[in-house]
Amino acid sequence: MLAKDIINFLDAKPIFIGSPQLLDKEYNNCFASDLMSDALAMISNEDNSTVLLTGCCNVQSLRTAEMLDLDLIIYVRGKILDSDTLEMAKDLRCNVYTTQFTLFDACGILYSQGLKGINAK
Amino acid sequence: MLNKDFEVVNQDYQNMGKVSSQIKKMLLEIGFDPKILRRIAVASYEAEINMVIHAYGGNIHMDVDDDGLITLIFHDLGPGIPDLTKAMTPGWSTANEKARNLGFGAGMGLVNIKRVSDTFDIKTSPEGTILTISFKG
Repeated sequence: MLAKDIINFLDAKPIFIGSPQLLDKEYNNCFASDLMSDALAMISNEDNSTVLLTGCCNVQSLRTAEMLDLDLIIYVRGKILDSDTLEMAKDLRCNVYTTQFTLFDACGILYSQGLKGINAK
Repeated sequence: MLNKDFEVVNQDYQNMGKVSSQIKKMLLEIGFDPKILRRIAVASYEAEINMVIHAYGGNIHMDVDDDGLITLIFHDLGPGIPDLTKAMTPGWSTANEKARNLGFGAGMGLVNIKRVSDTFDIKTSPEGTILTISFKG
């Protein structure tokens, strides 16, 4: 699923667009969690075509994205970033969005449109 | 080929992960494969988080030899891991509220480090824990 379609389905608003060329990038799967430990555990075997949905909007969410080479993060429940976290998003050139949907609903919307989760086995 | 030491400060939540970020960038500059770098970064970040959250800070030593073997040694200043078997059990955690609010404390740290590393060795005592992991570059 293209980044721009993911953004459209979730009616997500940009917080920071660090790499506009990646709006045409294809994402193969999605991982959703407020626990960055789980993201580190589950995504490390994937390629970098995973979109992260989370309600965890602190510096460590961006640091986790950096370690996993993630470049599209969508914060749920309308969350936005504090100045330190925003600066890190700029440094990493991440595309960072916010959606008003809850984590559950955001997952449901993307899944119903065909985006799958990561392989947890 | 490369030797470097980094200091990790106890309870410095704001800078937690900066050393692992530096390590990843340095290894990228040398030319290591991004897939290996992701595994190294995940292991290093998890271990660095443990040093900030659970230990009294410490030191991270990185060594890259001429054959491309990357070794990371995380040497903290205590207080040690009381029950290493429990600490290696998925989901078991003693993380505090502050750490949990930052998205950590899922009880996957050591388990995850071992999973992504090529070699894993841990020794712990009240004086400190020494975690040594390596990756074939």
